[in-house]
Amino acid sequence: MKEFIEGSAAIARTIKMCKPGVISAYPITPQTHIGENLVQFIANGEMECQFVNAESEHSSASIILGVSAVGVRAYNSTSSQGLLLMAEVLYSIAGMRFPLVITCANRAVSSPINIWNDQQDSVTLRDSGWIQFYAENNQEACDLHIQAYRIAEDQNISLPVMVCVDGYILTHAVEVVNLPDQEQVDGFLPPLKPLHVLDPQDPVSMGVLYDPSSYMETRYAIQETMSEALELIPRVASEFKEMFGRESGGLIQEYRTSDADKVIVAMGSVVSTVKEVVDEMRGEGEKVGAIKVITHRPLPSQALYDSLKDVPEIAVLDKSISLGAAGPLHMDLKYTFQGKNVSPKISGFVAGLGGRDITRDSIREIFDRLSGEQINCQFVNLDVEQMVNAT
Amino acid sequence: MATKHLLASGHTACAGCGQAIAARLVVDAAGSDVIIANSTGCLEVFSNIYPRTAWEVPWIHSLFENPASVASGIEAGLRSLGKLDNVRVIAQGGDGSSADIGFQAISGMFERGHDILYVCYDNGAYMNTGVQRSSQTPFDASTTTTPSGKKSFGKKMPKKDLALIFAAHGIPYSATASVAFPTDVQRKVKRALDIRGPKYLQIFVPCPLGWRHDPALTYDIARLAVETGLFPVIEYRDGELASVRKIDAPKPVEEYLKPQGRFRHLFSAPGGEEEIEKIQAIADANIRKFNMVKERPKKEEKMPELKKFTLEKLAKCDGKEGRPAYVAYKGKVYDVSKNNLWSDGDHMGMHEAGRDLTADMEDAPHGEDNMLDMPVVGELEG
Repeated sequence: MKEFIEGSAAIARTIKMCKPGVISAYPITPQTHIGENLVQFIANGEMECQFVNAESEHSSASIILGVSAVGVRAYNSTSSQGLLLMAEVLYSIAGMRFPLVITCANRAVSSPINIWNDQQDSVTLRDSGWIQFYAENNQEACDLHIQAYRIAEDQNISLPVMVCVDGYILTHAVEVVNLPDQEQVDGFLPPLKPLHVLDPQDPVSMGVLYDPSSYMETRYAIQETMSEALELIPRVASEFKEMFGRESGGLIQEYRTSDADKVIVAMGSVVSTVKEVVDEMRGEGEKVGAIKVITHRPLPSQALYDSLKDVPEIAVLDKSISLGAAGPLHMDLKYTFQGKNVSPKISGFVAGLGGRDITRDSIREIFDRLSGEQINCQFVNLDVEQMVNAT
Repeated sequence: MATKHLLASGHTACAGCGQAIAARLVVDAAGSDVIIANSTGCLEVFSNIYPRTAWEVPWIHSLFENPASVASGIEAGLRSLGKLDNVRVIAQGGDGSSADIGFQAISGMFERGHDILYVCYDNGAYMNTGVQRSSQTPFDASTTTTPSGKKSFGKKMPKKDLALIFAAHGIPYSATASVAFPTDVQRKVKRALDIRGPKYLQIFVPCPLGWRHDPALTYDIARLAVETGLFPVIEYRDGELASVRKIDAPKPVEEYLKPQGRFRHLFSAPGGEEEIEKIQAIADANIRKFNMVKERPKKEEKMPELKKFTLEKLAKCDGKEGRPAYVAYKGKVYDVSKNNLWSDGDHMGMHEAGRDLTADMEDAPHGEDNMLDMPVVGELEG
């Protein structure tokens, strides 16, 4: 049913329909509304679930790890410093192959402290063994959570999934979202069938020590599973379309790229702005397009290559930066094309850090810049006056 | 004791490891219907290595500082499955994990009221990483990060009182035990697991490697820590002191310190004697605080015939100005003159000697054992 609803509230309604047995979270802006909505459902008796108020994100992540270890579906949401405080637990969850789902309401990372949106928090955790989805709008944010549980809990995958939703821009935006019925979600998402559980009837040891003769194979196994996830994610997206009647999820989305000679690649809500500019410029006769990266990990290299191999000018727009190197998605694209027969120009732009607006003009400027030399790490919309004062 | 242990032999703990003995006592007492969440540390490392494990019960290890949080999740998950009536949850770690890096997680777990027993194996340092000091390292112990030297006697601070801190969370049960008293350890584990809610148990476990003592002396040293007064074995129920393991006569702390290499510098370096006096003062303070010494009439002395006391006569034995301090309890008159907690006939600023305290006992934080241990000098008339 279509509703005019805040992003966080819509995500909470979706999680309710996914029926986690335990939710644990710790307050941090801008994800707070998600947890508050969920615990209110429980307080109202609308949801059979326990909400464990953790004393830190490190603990809230450890708590859902414990829940998963006894074979119960769990959920957690966080942002920014909270995600970084969870960092070692997130690695532990992935290493132990627990099929958990968390939401990251993307926010900049301290210092300086800044509560506004960029994607530095989740991008920093891209190497942790979690599958990562990035949502363009709140409809996709909701749909991706349902698919996330299906993918995480697939017994051939059994890896955790992080659904990344731009803080404020999506979490606090009120827009129309088509929320599914409980029956539809039940039909799409069967009850969790855990691979291994802690049970006195059949005792196992979990999280044991692996020495140099065995540790590396555990990493290799996750790497292999990530490749399998590249196959499963599009399949789950098409099943989702059959059940719910709309396209959502998958690896990437192409937007007016078939004959394009300039394409911007980006993740999250900024893709909507890029699409608008593409429409405007197409109206002016320019052959421009956009690629939305939905699945950031596993990196859909083949899909990106297939979509972009005939495009001579590519721009990657990162809302994060690997300081001292370049935009992480930019580097991913370079890796995708390095050594291939085609070698398009792949320029990198860093934009929107700490909530700096990315306007239509910013996007136009990026398209315009592509005609010149390849750019490796260009900051967009820097305040020149501040820069002069700083140097 | 079970013939089949739930922590199997064949693990890789050092000879004489107090933690290995205590961990087996704990899991055997808990029985097989238990799930254990373990911190990183010696116990985690020596009890398993892929593909082998010594645990005969379901067991999980994630990180150094999170066993209390992982256990909280396990407990919530079991509750969700409706299995919490049949399965008990134990979280456990060393003193570094429990008192330092994982302290906040335990505090959170206790505040939330999870039905979990947390066991801290206290060997007073980070042994797994090579004997670095923790907040449970005792005063003047030499560790690799509080080394003794010309300008150092070792660790400058005494132990943080974890059992009291956790008792102050308002949890129903917080206790200490020593591996020297295995029956007491197992009794306390069972007692704790019978209580629904958060429980804490700290077990004193010598580490021959870190303490640099003969592995054959593990039990002796653990016993001496109690008998000197350096490690009080106590129980708090609902935040109140409920029991104290009594000792016959306190042994001088030197007996405990001398066999251990980590205190050797106190017996050779100039100024070491004064340091040992400071350690003796810590032991004496514990003995006074917990009234640890059992006072009994000497066997060779014949019991004097009991005097008859009226309330008036009793009132004159008020402990003031050198007078003896007597109190009446259930018809008998006890001599509390020599008790440290009754100096000048005053007890905790609340009770005075020279009176019948039978009614007051109901409100006392301790049981009547403390009174019955005092020498009887007469009977109260009327």
